[in-house]
Amino acid sequence: MAESTLKIGTAEVPKENRIGLKATDYHGGKSTLCAGCGHDAISNQIVRAFYEMSVKPERVAKFSGIGCSSKTPAYFLSRAHGFNAVHGRMPAIATGAMLANHHLLGIGVSGDGDTASIGLGQFMHMIRRNIPMIYIVENNGVYGLTKGQFSATADEGSKLKTGVINDLPPMDLCALAVQLGCGFVARGFAGDPKQMVNILKAAIAHNGLAVIDVISPCVTFNNHDGSTKSYTYAKEHDELLHQIGFVPSYEQIEVDYEPGEVKEVTMHDGSRIVLKKIEEAYDPTDATNALVRLKQAESAGQMLTGLVHLQPEKKSFMDLLHVVDEPLATLTLERTRPPREALDKIMQELM
Amino acid sequence: MPESQTASAVLETASAGGDPIVNDCTIHVATVNGSGSQSSNNVLMRSIFQMGVPVSGKNMFPSNIAGLPTWFTIRANKDGWIARKKEVDIMVCMNAQTAREDVAGLPPGALCIYDAPLNLKSSRPDIAFFEVPFAKLAGELADDSRLRKLLANMVYVGVVAQLLGIEREELVNAITKQFKGKKKAIDPNVAAIDKGMDFARASLPKQEKHRIERMNATAGKIIIDGNAAAAIGAMFGGVTAVTWYPITPSSSLCESLIDYLRQYRVEKDGKATFAVVQAEDELAAVGMVLGAGWAGARSMTSTAGPGISLMAEFVGLGYFAEIPGVIWDIQRVGPSTGLPTRTAQGDVNQVAYLSHGDTQHIVLIPSSVSECFDFAIEALDLAEEFQTPVFVLSDLDLGMNNWMSDPFKYPEKPIRRGKVLTKEKLDELKGQWGRYADVDGDGIPWRTLPGTDHPMASYFTRGSGHDDFARYSEKPEVYKATVDRLARKIETAKLFVPPPAVDISEGARIGFIAYGTTDFALEEARYQLRTEHGIETSYLRLRSLPFTGDVRSFVSMHDRIYVVEQNRDGQMGDLLKLELGADQEKIRKILHYTGLPCDARSITEAVVQMEATIECPEPLLLVRAEPPAAKASPMASGTQPTTRATED
Repeated sequence: MAESTLKIGTAEVPKENRIGLKATDYHGGKSTLCAGCGHDAISNQIVRAFYEMSVKPERVAKFSGIGCSSKTPAYFLSRAHGFNAVHGRMPAIATGAMLANHHLLGIGVSGDGDTASIGLGQFMHMIRRNIPMIYIVENNGVYGLTKGQFSATADEGSKLKTGVINDLPPMDLCALAVQLGCGFVARGFAGDPKQMVNILKAAIAHNGLAVIDVISPCVTFNNHDGSTKSYTYAKEHDELLHQIGFVPSYEQIEVDYEPGEVKEVTMHDGSRIVLKKIEEAYDPTDATNALVRLKQAESAGQMLTGLVHLQPEKKSFMDLLHVVDEPLATLTLERTRPPREALDKIMQELM
Repeated sequence: MPESQTASAVLETASAGGDPIVNDCTIHVATVNGSGSQSSNNVLMRSIFQMGVPVSGKNMFPSNIAGLPTWFTIRANKDGWIARKKEVDIMVCMNAQTAREDVAGLPPGALCIYDAPLNLKSSRPDIAFFEVPFAKLAGELADDSRLRKLLANMVYVGVVAQLLGIEREELVNAITKQFKGKKKAIDPNVAAIDKGMDFARASLPKQEKHRIERMNATAGKIIIDGNAAAAIGAMFGGVTAVTWYPITPSSSLCESLIDYLRQYRVEKDGKATFAVVQAEDELAAVGMVLGAGWAGARSMTSTAGPGISLMAEFVGLGYFAEIPGVIWDIQRVGPSTGLPTRTAQGDVNQVAYLSHGDTQHIVLIPSSVSECFDFAIEALDLAEEFQTPVFVLSDLDLGMNNWMSDPFKYPEKPIRRGKVLTKEKLDELKGQWGRYADVDGDGIPWRTLPGTDHPMASYFTRGSGHDDFARYSEKPEVYKATVDRLARKIETAKLFVPPPAVDISEGARIGFIAYGTTDFALEEARYQLRTEHGIETSYLRLRSLPFTGDVRSFVSMHDRIYVVEQNRDGQMGDLLKLELGADQEKIRKILHYTGLPCDARSITEAVVQMEATIECPEPLLLVRAEPPAAKASPMASGTQPTTRATED
């Protein structure tokens, strides 16, 4: 893993954020996952990102499906409502919740089993609709909770602890998301918290669906030499697209970079994503190029991380629905029941 | 003309010594689907309605876009009996594929109007045939072949109208309504009606057997299908999230709802007070209903049997995690794809206990379009009050066919949103609350909505075991307490669901129990039993599940209970047996499951036959065959009895 050199903001984390909350206000319950699980590292970065972005936890709604990953919403942001849905069908629950209250900031946590198999249909339709929320896939290539079967993202030739070899090609969820027109597609690695937190912050600022595929090694069932989703493999094969920095709209800090090496993208809320190029010009707004790079990395046995694709101007589903400004959930009867004359008129038409 | 001689002879025999039958006939039209006959049939039905005669129209259509046989049955009845009647009085044969069978199925003395090339006149000596050269007449109206086809259908409306005495003025009014005042469409259709009327007047023999005469039984009434009625109800019930997936026969419910919402629920600034999603499948549709219900929307979907099967897992989550949502099941014939465009009441067992584990659901069962309207509102209220998925069990006959009704009444009561803790209430409670704690003793806990601005508002919703504070738990006593409370909640629901409609006849030893669209045939059967056989009956019409106390007392008051329903196994009958204990011995089943709506005569005959066996109950009557001549055409190809009576 390449070490990031981009410096943004202060390194010190303040004791209180802009809305006067402490980091502990963003904590969740105690994790019951295995010690060293990549998922816990991700939960920690979620806590940090929401804290540093000063998002009020009460505004957040957490969603998940079924599996180890889907347990994690209980381990961050206890002050946010959470919904542990059925296997692979979290997108439907989240979509419904966003319809009811589009002021909610939704974050869904799924796994490769939950998303790439049973949930693939709903995952794809959620992307197609551009539901405004964050969707994290904690990707370890294995079914952990049922004790170690291959998932649909397991690499061809990768080996289970039991010695069983996977004969089938993996599904690349980032490529799929790009292909379906997702406006925010990123890949992270649970072992790179710095990159992860910046991706998360950018995702919080994004008005639309943000898909984040995070390689998150399973220390119990898939963290051995034969696994391409192990800490060792991921560290050795991580090909960083760019170093990613995020500047919230309220911060006026100048970015420390050499001109010509950095690409900035402004988000709808005025925040800026700052991408420091590593080895070549990479334009994340170009979907075709993103697909090419993902494919090239796959052929080279590498794991491309960073902000793969970004299209911040894409309209979200809630924009298209054109609902009233207030949450539908709490509209008064006067606004949801048409007047007596409306029924009279309808009845007259039917006579 | 030889055919008119035939017609005259039959008509003379038929009406020998008798006056015309006024305002009591069934008109059966056989056409090809996709030929535009729907408009013609609606015009015919509406013109009778506008003459003040009670009428119903039923579409018996194939699961197909164009080219397959389809039938439309109009029943006009001065006494208001508008259930399907099996016996056809006036047949209109426009479809070569079925004409022979259609004629074979007619009772003696029936009238049959047919398209000239079908050459049916010699097929039966006991039918009055009226030959009409539809293609030729339509050819005189338009050059375009597509238009000619459509107009030929309107020509038969003119012919039928002239033969029965339906007033031209009302036909014109019906056409104007059908084509929404568009002159370009109205003029050629009126011309086609005139063409048919003129031809019938000039070239067909007069018939004096059946007449439609003006009366005053429909003034102030509306005509609407159950799906549209449900849509209107949902809109006035304050629905805010509608997520659905197209499936016959439910699609028109959400489609009407979307139309009405766009008309009446968009504010001045152009913004909607509702959200609609056409989901990718029924799993997603019901998932979105629950997601929206969880976050505080009044949410609903509509589907049919196959969709219900797919929704099973989510509905279990909704029951266990206690999330409101409304699911309309417009029943069609199963199992599997079944007969997608035919009617049944076969989803009773399925919705009553949908999903794995111990579950039980609130089910509302409308039997009329006005109940579709009322229950659409009630279901949204009950779902939020009881924090659970609520089903509304309609069927194709109610949902997609046109029914007469009194206008719907504006809901005077405010909507009920159940136990929701707001920020202010949480302040009062100092944040001390448990999502699944039964603080009121009625089994219904309090909930908060996501987004509530209070640090203690949140809880974690899950389909796994949980305690009073929504914490994960696998403890035996915690699990048992949770599911026992859920059972208590359903007990409470018995006090709040719509109670049955009960009609006790003094001295009646026999009681009927039925529900949904069986009601129309059943009321008529009671009339037949009283007037033709001197049998008095009581009747309990179920309007919801779980059963309320009324059911037990009704059963205890009678010696024999006939449960009449439209499925093979008598699903409601079985649920009743579970409910009744010792009294279950009284239950007898009358079952109608052909895909066609139940008719009164089948019920009457089954009761008479079963009553005859009371003294010596052996052998059991398992099937009842009926004379083939009495069959209506859609069933003519089969020889199976349409109704099965069982004592089990």
